[in-house]
Amino acid sequence: MTASDFVLGFGEAGWGTALLQAAMITLSVALTGYAFGLLVGSFGAWAKIKGGVLPRLIADAYTTVLRGIPDILVIYLFYFGSSAVLTPLAGLFGISGFISLPGFMAGALAIGLVSGAYQAEIMRGAYRAVSPGEIEAAIAAGMSRLTMFRRIIAPLVLRHALPGLGNVWQLVLKESALVSVTGLVEILRQAQIGAGSTGQPFTFFFAAAVLYLAISSFSTWLLRQAEGRLALGTRRT
Amino acid sequence: MTDQLKPAVRLTALRKSFGAFEVLKGISLEAMEGDVVSILGSSGSGKSTMLRCINMLETPDSGRIEVGGETIQLKQAGGRTRPADRHQLQRMRASIGMVFQNFNLWSHMTILENLIEAPIHVQKRSRADCVEEAEALLEKVGIAEKRNHYPAHLSGGQQQRAAIARALAQHPKVMLFDEPTSALDPELVGEVLRVMRALAEEGRTMLVVTHEMGFARDVSSKVVFLHKGAVEAEGSPHDMFATGRSDCFRQFLSGGGGLK
Amino acid sequence: MDLPFLYETLLKLLTGVPLTLQLAVSSVGLGAVLAVMLALARLSGLRLLAWPASFYVFIFRSTPLLVQIFLIYHGLGQFHAVRTSFLWPLLREPYWCALIALTLNTAAYSCEIVRGALLSVPSGQIEAARACGMSSFTLHRRIVFPLALRHALPGYGNEFILMIKSTALASIITLMEVTGLAAQLISESFRAIEILIVAAAIYLSMNFIVTRLVQWAEYALSAELRPPPAAASGQGATL
Repeated sequence: MTASDFVLGFGEAGWGTALLQAAMITLSVALTGYAFGLLVGSFGAWAKIKGGVLPRLIADAYTTVLRGIPDILVIYLFYFGSSAVLTPLAGLFGISGFISLPGFMAGALAIGLVSGAYQAEIMRGAYRAVSPGEIEAAIAAGMSRLTMFRRIIAPLVLRHALPGLGNVWQLVLKESALVSVTGLVEILRQAQIGAGSTGQPFTFFFAAAVLYLAISSFSTWLLRQAEGRLALGTRRT
Repeated sequence: MTDQLKPAVRLTALRKSFGAFEVLKGISLEAMEGDVVSILGSSGSGKSTMLRCINMLETPDSGRIEVGGETIQLKQAGGRTRPADRHQLQRMRASIGMVFQNFNLWSHMTILENLIEAPIHVQKRSRADCVEEAEALLEKVGIAEKRNHYPAHLSGGQQQRAAIARALAQHPKVMLFDEPTSALDPELVGEVLRVMRALAEEGRTMLVVTHEMGFARDVSSKVVFLHKGAVEAEGSPHDMFATGRSDCFRQFLSGGGGLK
Repeated sequence: MDLPFLYETLLKLLTGVPLTLQLAVSSVGLGAVLAVMLALARLSGLRLLAWPASFYVFIFRSTPLLVQIFLIYHGLGQFHAVRTSFLWPLLREPYWCALIALTLNTAAYSCEIVRGALLSVPSGQIEAARACGMSSFTLHRRIVFPLALRHALPGYGNEFILMIKSTALASIITLMEVTGLAAQLISESFRAIEILIVAAAIYLSMNFIVTRLVQWAEYALSAELRPPPAAASGQGATL
């Protein structure tokens, strides 16, 4: 067997390039979803910490439900649910057939909504870990609320939240494999296509596993670096 | 004491190092049946390590340990000394009662369950006998009404008395006490010492690592003073406390280890 | 709201609950056995045992469960040796493949729970058991595992809920548990939102019941942390 015959190679008959492109899609959909989750999660955390009765109730319901149901249901909700809304709408304009959000968008929204629930809990926990004394010191120094948030609270919360947020990123990365059900050609979907057309499913799913492993290990390494940077101020020696 | 004195515990040339630090530098010690041996020494003198070697919670690097005339078999394996015969070790441990500084009662069992655990599951005695005997032992140490409580519900003194009863429940030939009152609030020390004194009067063989000079002087039949991993002085309590025997021991008595 | 439709959907989806629970219970149960072995291997201090166990945990925690399911269900059939082996009747069934994948997956996560629980057992209580002459087997059976179980229970409750959620992926290899039935209903009726809401409600109820059961078990196993029985608590040594 030569290198160009190898199904995972980068030659004419190889699937290497396709798989790497798919890995880029995985990264994009995961990153987009994660960023969306940060946004939703921040709102959720804010509602839980500072919100009134109703925002807190909504935030609690949100985190309880989204952490309690299978992620795949949320993806179905955006994928099939959007079609339940969009298909009749399109019908009004004379367009027929199954119309839905593009897989990328449905996937990113679903990942964002699910991961936001976890991120809200983590940020709330991190906020609680900020000692009242540090906030009092900022008030005593005469900081405005905005300055205090920007200079004191946000950096401290980030420091406490970073390990948890790193875990959520790993979760999101694995969750992105579920987006393959929408037909989005990310790693797992590409592996399915390759497996189908070559009749070598193990080879392709194994390659998919290796790609996830590589991304996950690289992220772990990056996070360690970030944690090391942020921990500089808290190191006790 | 009996007419024909037999050694209940005999340690010969015990050596033990933790890394580069030599804790025991060839300790030899003998306790006859019915002896109450108080082992004194400042912290780091190796007294607890020596006691823990007797039931092999620590394995000595070299030396010989005899309990009730039987020698614990040791072997060299992978550059370390290990017990050679697991079954012998378990059998001998069952015949040595151990009382720890921190009681170490099993937290998920009631006091009664703590007492009958080893007799049933190690010595394979009948449950009914064990329960009956355990209740008598709890009566004896004065906590019969705590039989169905969990350790966390007892004061330190009560826990230590329960731990002594647990050790007694196995019918030990020898009792080892590793600083039994050091973790107790001062007002609780007395109740534990009273129990230990009663055991000594029964003629039980006891080896006691302690800081209680009163106990060492009034109750024990022999006092051993360890210093830097070696036996610095030993003798009857009268001789030891009257003459001091060695400069080190006199210093120890007048310093931190003095009478409370 | 179309209540009759919701009710009808609920009745249909409920028929998938036994399969969902069966998958979750069996995988968590079998996974626990594997997890204990992995944790003991990691704590053994023997590099030959500890390293493979750590590697296993790393691999299964770093890759998506769906990839693991596909590797077992679709992947293994690539090998002639597997197709002709006596295991093939099992390995070509989606049910067994899902169960194997879920078991291997939860074992990796639970291994960490079990390891933490084993490490939490106070060394003094282990020493006391050794000093009594307990064999290593008796020591683990009577002292270490009961104490570790109490520590592991909350974490294991979470893991069980995670596994109930994970069983939804079995639907992707055609198993008709709650999510599989939901997907089927959606493709028949195109009323995705209502059906998914009913499915979500079923999962939330299962979680709620499991949470309650675990709380009950925690309570039952924590008598030592509660106030003592109301019996007389006299003091003093009578010697």
